[in-house]
Amino acid sequence: MIHSLFLVNASGDIFLEKHWKSVVSRSVCDYFFEAQERATEPENVPPVIPTPHHYLISVLRHRIYFVAVIQSEVPPLFVIEFLHRVVDTFQDYFGVCTEAAIKDNVVVVYELLEEMLDNGFPLATESNILKELIKPPTILRTMVNTITGSTNVGEQLPTGQLSVVPWRRTGVKYTNNEAYFDVVEEIDAIIDKSGSTITAEIQGVIDACVKLTGMPDLTLSFMNPRLLDDVSFHPCVRFKRWEAERILSFIPPDGNFRLLSYHVSSQNLVAIPVYVKHNITFREGSSQGRFDLTLGPKQTMGKAVESVLVSSQLPRGVLNANLNPSQGTYTFDPVTKMLSWDVGKINPQKLPSLKGTMSLQAGASKPDENPTINIQFKIQQMAISGLKVNRLDMYGEKYKPFKGIKYMTKAGKFQVRT
Amino acid sequence: NSEIFELKAELNSDKKEKKKEAVKKVIASMTVGKDVSALFPDVVNCMQTDNLELKKLVYLYLMNYAKSQPDMAIMAVNTFVKDCEDPNPLIRALAVRTMGCIRVDKITEYLCEPLRKCLKDEDPYVRKTAAVCVAKLHDINAQLVEDQGFLDTLKDLISDSNPMVVANAVAALSEIAESHPNSNLLDLNPQTINKLLTALNECTEWGQIFILDCLANYTPRDDRESQSICERVTPRLSHANSAVVLSAVKVLMKFMEMLPKDLDYYGTLLKKLAPPLVTLLSAEPELQYVALRNINLIVQRRPEILKHEMKVFFVKYNDPIYVKLEKLDIMIRLASQANIAQVLAELKEYATEVDVDFVRKAVRAIGRCAIKVEQSAERCVSTLLDLIQTKVNYVVQEAIVVIKDIFRKYPNKYESVIATLCENLDSLDEPEARAAMIWIVGEYAERIDNADELLESFLEGFHDESTQVQLQLLTGIVKLFLKKPTETQELVQQVLSLATQDSDNPDLRDRGYIYWRLLSTDPVAAKEVVLAEKPLISEETDLIEPTLLEELICHIGTLASVYHKPPSAFVEGSRGVQHKRLPGSAGSGESVDSPDTGSAAGVSEAPPAVIPSQGDLLGDLLNLDLTPPTTTGPPPPTSGMQMGAMDLLGGGLDSLVSLLYTVDSMAAGFGAPPAVMPTSFNAPVSGGLDDLFDLGGGVGMPMGSYSPPKTVWLPAMKAKGLEISGTFARRSGVIQMEMTLTNKAMSVMTDFAIQFNRNSFGLAPAGPLQVLTPLSPNQSIEVSLPLNTVGPVMKMEPLNNLQVAVKNNIDVFYFSCQYPISMLFVEDGKMERQVFLATWKDIPNDNESQFQIKDCHLNAASNKLQGSNIFTIAKRTVEGQDMLYQSIKLTNGIWVLAELRVQAGNPNYTVSLKCRAPEVSQSVFQSYEAVLKN
Repeated sequence: MIHSLFLVNASGDIFLEKHWKSVVSRSVCDYFFEAQERATEPENVPPVIPTPHHYLISVLRHRIYFVAVIQSEVPPLFVIEFLHRVVDTFQDYFGVCTEAAIKDNVVVVYELLEEMLDNGFPLATESNILKELIKPPTILRTMVNTITGSTNVGEQLPTGQLSVVPWRRTGVKYTNNEAYFDVVEEIDAIIDKSGSTITAEIQGVIDACVKLTGMPDLTLSFMNPRLLDDVSFHPCVRFKRWEAERILSFIPPDGNFRLLSYHVSSQNLVAIPVYVKHNITFREGSSQGRFDLTLGPKQTMGKAVESVLVSSQLPRGVLNANLNPSQGTYTFDPVTKMLSWDVGKINPQKLPSLKGTMSLQAGASKPDENPTINIQFKIQQMAISGLKVNRLDMYGEKYKPFKGIKYMTKAGKFQVRT
Repeated sequence: NSEIFELKAELNSDKKEKKKEAVKKVIASMTVGKDVSALFPDVVNCMQTDNLELKKLVYLYLMNYAKSQPDMAIMAVNTFVKDCEDPNPLIRALAVRTMGCIRVDKITEYLCEPLRKCLKDEDPYVRKTAAVCVAKLHDINAQLVEDQGFLDTLKDLISDSNPMVVANAVAALSEIAESHPNSNLLDLNPQTINKLLTALNECTEWGQIFILDCLANYTPRDDRESQSICERVTPRLSHANSAVVLSAVKVLMKFMEMLPKDLDYYGTLLKKLAPPLVTLLSAEPELQYVALRNINLIVQRRPEILKHEMKVFFVKYNDPIYVKLEKLDIMIRLASQANIAQVLAELKEYATEVDVDFVRKAVRAIGRCAIKVEQSAERCVSTLLDLIQTKVNYVVQEAIVVIKDIFRKYPNKYESVIATLCENLDSLDEPEARAAMIWIVGEYAERIDNADELLESFLEGFHDESTQVQLQLLTGIVKLFLKKPTETQELVQQVLSLATQDSDNPDLRDRGYIYWRLLSTDPVAAKEVVLAEKPLISEETDLIEPTLLEELICHIGTLASVYHKPPSAFVEGSRGVQHKRLPGSAGSGESVDSPDTGSAAGVSEAPPAVIPSQGDLLGDLLNLDLTPPTTTGPPPPTSGMQMGAMDLLGGGLDSLVSLLYTVDSMAAGFGAPPAVMPTSFNAPVSGGLDDLFDLGGGVGMPMGSYSPPKTVWLPAMKAKGLEISGTFARRSGVIQMEMTLTNKAMSVMTDFAIQFNRNSFGLAPAGPLQVLTPLSPNQSIEVSLPLNTVGPVMKMEPLNNLQVAVKNNIDVFYFSCQYPISMLFVEDGKMERQVFLATWKDIPNDNESQFQIKDCHLNAASNKLQGSNIFTIAKRTVEGQDMLYQSIKLTNGIWVLAELRVQAGNPNYTVSLKCRAPEVSQSVFQSYEAVLKN
């Protein structure tokens, strides 16, 4: 199972280590550093690295490498999923998952890691149970602890671990009972030069924030459940009921959790909410290139496209760009050649555009590569797949909760080739 | 120092509150790395407390420092023993958990009793924690755990009523089993399987992974059990944890092998597998990478699952490079006629990206598509030409390398592009690209006007080239010479002397000498050899060898599946690993797909495999009486073209050769069969040696060709007193007819001569019958007559019948005898694994015949067979049955493919033979029997 964990920052320093069995020397990370040096970009470090006696499995999150050391055959996905859980827990506890936050809370970090694995076996990875065991730091408590040298170890033992619904605390009480669900869809797409869709798919999630007293039993139904043919559920969802009736039935964890994630594949017709008209050209023998980009909405069911951000890695030969945005602001980094244009909201009556020239090195040949345009955007009150919740019911408790559903669509990896 | 001193005083305070605060301070110091080990006795003293928080803190401290203070740690034992009997289950669990983390030998013994109690605790939370503790203890002292019987208790916990206990017991056992590969710790039967499946639904995500991985080791009794397990595992495909999903995929991929293909459920299951795999690809890149490596295996085993999902493998430009390369690989595997247009458009797009490695692989991928999907070849070639026009150096080079392969696959189709390729000659600076270009120029020298100039330009820097280029240049120029002898004589002499005289690379020198010798002795043969028609290259050259693939499918989701290497390569030290196999499918015996599994694709580096063209050779056998025999010796020099070449060589090369006396004497060995045994490594060795090698345990050392005992062919009565008994043998690749001539008459016999009638394989004496002295009455003489197979051919009945005429001073006598067909098995009859597979599939099933060999008792069948030039290409073991896949080549070029099944303890072997000329099967079988039983 998982032997040790090292946290490595972007400059290649180990700033935290934790061992669940015997101690593994830091020098094992030398193999990781070698791979890190070879990688052209930080994200290109291979996730599984063999060393003579160990394997290093790592994930890169928030510019920190979480490097797990294993000694025997352990499923790599098991390790990666666990590392994700560690990242989520840190974020949950400290608000951000940064080197500074981890260093500031080093005692809590060790306590958490100690509870999450026992001898390398996962022990308590549910946020609910962990919070019972170890209190999240607050400013006040940190101050008190510094003065008195006291710790955050809870005086309670995790009763939830004994329960048949290990994801839910017992004895939950609220004065305001509320259940909110966010349907968030990310659209991944590749659009070719001519504007036709090469591939488009949707990754959707339903995130919930449930603050309900007692042991509520919820059911959630959809107007069009047939959209959901590829789903992953939180363990609380009763799978049989879904199979039979296409209804989500569950006793929710307390607080924030992801109820469900789903995938609408490229085989279904996926609506593309924006289009791009572009003309990026270089002429042989000229040290100037033309840049012309216009954005417009389509298939948005009348909803506004907001928070639009366009970025593109221009060819290496480009020295500078002299452009004129019709709205928003743009920046061009002459070192990384990254062009980004913060567009804001698209007004369908007056389409945003970015036009101008790019200057090339004098005498350099015409660049070979065609830049790809990356687009980020958000559309409120709409799930692009068309998914709609029908109703939410609660059983098992007598009070009437507040209920709310929100929809949002964002761009995931949305790329336009030129 | 003072801080420690102060803390010490506080820890020993009478006031509970003060004590607690002191322990907290100690822990805080510890976690930030200060050494507070000096306080060990004082902290341990605080352990006996009812205050839970204090207890936890002391435990934390203990785990950290016990190792460095083993003597002190013993003081803690008593408290652990007491805590393990605490009424609160959470305290009992905490105690047992902490106990296991104290890695001190002295202490572990004291902990056995409390652990035993906790394993049988009434509370599941305690039992589940205790289960993990057994694994911890095993890590510290394996012997102790076995002696105390904890392993059995752990096994009992698999049937526990609580799912979490089951999951942890399985996890602990799996971890222990890794260091005891043959211990049967996880001995699964239908009852335990049922327990596991029940627990699967109710335990945590991590527990589900352990249980699924454990289930994957089980082999269901029949297809019905298999289906019911699949049905209960399928819901796991919708789990949010990707490790659960992949482990479930593993179980399903393995168990569906047992389902009949015509079952409705089989199709349903196939459909259910695609969406979760696709979903894995939308996760974080690290997850994607592991998923892609596994999908690569799944696609090879069951391409139908993802055949419609090509688009999800399209590369996004900001994917990490390790994801891009994997996606590309899978795109090629999924490429088919239906989607090739899309794939090509994508690949072309990738070829303009920035990352050099990725661009190269994309260009190569275009070539692989051309070879895989015939209908797309033209499109691929024109795409490659477009890319060459970009003049981007590395793109051009990759394109030329793949175009060479396309020429090999589709000869005489795309040669019009050669001119374009030649334009880029100067820009090639990588050996592989240079070698490919030289190959193209040499191969198509007759169509390239200035081929000699082009090749000559490479010669200047000959010694700076890499070996690959040098070898290719040598061959290329020899080809050119054979095609255009008049203008290129000087060039060929130049390259031959560069290769043989000025090079110290043995491969290059040897090849140089061989060409030289060939050209000088027999230019026609040289032409036949060097310009022989090339076999086509096969479709996919980088498939994982089927037996390995089967094993890897059983290990989906593991490191082995990420590295595509067998798990035995991953386990530290010498701990053996049991090889896992996919179960056979219901209804059809495993023999149905066995040729698949017996064959093996070379790993990616292996050179493209070749398929022998058998048409002509077959023709020879089938039209035995129709055509005059073809000989392989030099034909009468009739054609003007050939004459010309001969003359040229006579004048040009011979003079050169005579200068090089040493070369000549060295090369002279090629003419006659060598005296010892170097040419064929399985030439028979003398009896004594033979025995010695036998004793060596049959480690691949062949034992020499089988030769039956002599029998009387011509009785004295029928031949006026001449008795001939004889047999056949194959020595150093030469067939020998070994005879004992006995004179039972009253007068001296002289003037012996021998002649054969036309026969099935063209056997003929290679020289006169050597009986030098007259044969006196009652005298016997042993004669060995070497035979060749270039005599006239006629089909005989039986096939191996030989009619012989022997003459002496008295009369002419006729007799017939039968030679074992194994005499005709040639030494180079070992087929490439891939070719074997392709050929086996290619030969219609009607041509297959099966025979039984009874009462055979052997240990090293394959060695024995190899001695007779029956070559084992692959071996696999299925349920105790060894399957040997073998190939044989006859002197006339006919291939016989065989599958030999041997069951341990069963003296009856089964041999199945497949051959394009099935009439030889009976005789081949007889040879098998004879070889195996003698």
